[in-house]
Amino acid sequence: MRKNRYTLAVLVDNESGVLSQVSRLFSRKGYNIESLAVGTTDTPTVSRITIEVMAEDDARARLLCNQLRKLFPVHSVKLLDSSHSIRRELVLIKVKAGTTEARSEIIQIANIFRGSVIDVAPTSLTIAVIGEEAKTDAIETLLEKHGILELVRTGVVALERGAYTIDDDTKEKGEFNYGKVAFS
Amino acid sequence: MKLTGARILLECLLEQGVDTVFGYPGGTILNVYDALYDYRDKITHIRTAHEQGAAHAADGYARSTGKVGVCFATSGPGATNLVTGIATAYMDSSPVVFITCNVGENLIGRDSFQEVDITGITMPITKCNYLVRHADQLADIVREGFAIARSGRPGPVLIDILKNATAEETEYAFLPREKHHTRGRLAALIGRASHDMTAPEPDIEDIDTLAHLIGEAERPLIICGGGVVRGRAHEELAEFAQKVDAPVAITVMGAGGFNGRNPLTTGMIGMHGSQASNMAVDACDLLIALGCRFSDRVALNPATFAKQAVIVQVDIDRSEINKNVQTSHHIVGDVKRVLSLLNERIGQKDNKAWKDYVFSFPTETEYELTGEALTPKQISDIVARTAPWDTIVATDVGQHQIWVTQHFHYDYPGQLLTSGGFGSMGFGLGAAIGAKISHPDKTVLHITGDGSFRMNCNELATVAYYDLPIITIIFDNRTLGMVRQWQTLIYNQRYCETDIKKEPDFVKLAEAYGLSGRRVNNAADFEAALKEALTCGHGYVIDAVIDVDEKVRPMVNGGDHITQFLLN
Ligand SMILES: Cc1ncc(C[n+]2csc(CCOP(=O)(O)OP(=O)(O)O)c2C)c(N)n1
Repeated sequence: MRKNRYTLAVLVDNESGVLSQVSRLFSRKGYNIESLAVGTTDTPTVSRITIEVMAEDDARARLLCNQLRKLFPVHSVKLLDSSHSIRRELVLIKVKAGTTEARSEIIQIANIFRGSVIDVAPTSLTIAVIGEEAKTDAIETLLEKHGILELVRTGVVALERGAYTIDDDTKEKGEFNYGKVAFS
Repeated sequence: MKLTGARILLECLLEQGVDTVFGYPGGTILNVYDALYDYRDKITHIRTAHEQGAAHAADGYARSTGKVGVCFATSGPGATNLVTGIATAYMDSSPVVFITCNVGENLIGRDSFQEVDITGITMPITKCNYLVRHADQLADIVREGFAIARSGRPGPVLIDILKNATAEETEYAFLPREKHHTRGRLAALIGRASHDMTAPEPDIEDIDTLAHLIGEAERPLIICGGGVVRGRAHEELAEFAQKVDAPVAITVMGAGGFNGRNPLTTGMIGMHGSQASNMAVDACDLLIALGCRFSDRVALNPATFAKQAVIVQVDIDRSEINKNVQTSHHIVGDVKRVLSLLNERIGQKDNKAWKDYVFSFPTETEYELTGEALTPKQISDIVARTAPWDTIVATDVGQHQIWVTQHFHYDYPGQLLTSGGFGSMGFGLGAAIGAKISHPDKTVLHITGDGSFRMNCNELATVAYYDLPIITIIFDNRTLGMVRQWQTLIYNQRYCETDIKKEPDFVKLAEAYGLSGRRVNNAADFEAALKEALTCGHGYVIDAVIDVDEKVRPMVNGGDHITQFLLN
């Protein structure tokens, strides 16, 4: 079955065990997490987790939100609409750079992608790039021919566009009323 | 007032009105047991033979009373012995608070003697669990744990307390239960928007829509699920069904939620559902599912389930909506509240033609008598007419479980205690102990099979020790009957590892524990044995010998369409 990528933003208690509780819910329900990023928020007792997951359809994704809401350390959950949210990921790529030629080409590629060189060593360069997968995948492909020594992604973080926040509409009826038919 | 953590725990149990605890002592929980010595006139502790028995007993106590059950166990093997019991309570939404103690803070994380990460192990089978490191967290966590266990959709909670926390002294102030929600963690939890610590108030528009759908429907069917039992909504359902004039099909977990003798009931639904129930699902135009999650044992094939109907789901847990079967309308709320709102809004309907159609199919299977041999139906009938009407029945898992669910008629919530969701063989005797402790004046039957009984018959020791007049009836077919039935019907009669050729002498076993027992082969002897058991005043085991080939009927194979009966 074709699956779509969904981005979920989750606010949780910043306590030990909470992350494993949240991530295990996905495996328990038969979903594989594509990407997960976690960190504290402006409130130190609260962490924000951004999870990307492949699901069959909107209804399944909303069901996952409702199952997350049942976990007691979870404060709020929002399914982020891809057209109304900004998603970013930081990628660090360590590339072989033995020759001056290779070096200048790698630096050029990094510049095109507005990446920056964050480490220089005699035989390698490390590049940092921020963006959506389309961009980070593209730079990865271009750098491949030089030989990627190591690559690390932070996982996607996302926020809604505009003044909306995760606390708006989390209990919005629409989110729970999936599947309802209009009877007159 | 300064108290040790152990005493604070017991004070907190008293705050909750707890007077009975099931459990088993050990090294790390010794401080709690030591304190319990001073509370023994306020808290009765029932020590079982095995922690699994204690877990099932606390669960049986909770199911039969509607109150929160409490179970103690020590660290390591004590805690892991609870696991099946916790999962059983979780799958059937039974409110139980499990208290375990772990090694002290100086030993944690070092693979110390009897150390185990029980909060990690039980994460997916508890509503929530806690690790308490210090005594000053204890009262707050116990108060929150009890509130969570009983709120919304009930379920088990585990509190693991480090041994040092039970010894430390800290300040404790009594807080009456009505005030718990105003302080500490619980106040914070309730303050957060995304949690419904109380049942969500049903949306009136949704209620009106359902009332409208009921008005339009010509062939309505109601499913009574476990939510009706947990929510004690039997009276509201009786009125609702009578007004809608709709047949009511009952799930295993729903038994007792709708009076089994009410002429509107079509009996059990699903894999072993009656023809009336399953045919009604197929033909209805409005299906109202009350507190039922459409498990694979009920809906069988979700794609073809009730395909002529507008399906409406009423559930207290919004994550159940559309989980297994896609519905057209739903109401999130406590079924008791939803039904009373509906009852105010709907008028008397008359669906005679529809009922005539549904009740043209049998609501219960008729079994032919096979000569002299005792049959499951005879056992059920004799029990039904001999035991008091309000007898509590605790079952194990297998054919005997389905027979007594189909053929006894349950009149009130908490009358049938059975592991419907998890299907735990060995549940029955522990559950019966919990029920008998909480209902000393009621007759309690433990209905079992020879396979299930052998799993936890060690609890006969508890029955004897506390002198509990529980009657165990073994449907003795000398086989793991339900599995064998599948082998007969689906696996070409290849009886791999199901027949039990040599089994213990159950009568002698009962006697070894100081109880009475009798082995019977025919209806007259069974009735005599049951009468003796009912009056003898102590535990009694009836080993009722039935034929190895008796089957549970009807049967629909898992995943098949609900009316595709493999057996009628
Ligand atoms: C703990 C556990 N192990 C295995 C099973 C699988 N199982 C389901 S029914 C059954 C047979 C039960 O036999 P018995 O208790 O004799 O009851 P009968 O079906 O013969 O009435 C088995 C093995 C189970 N439900 N629980």
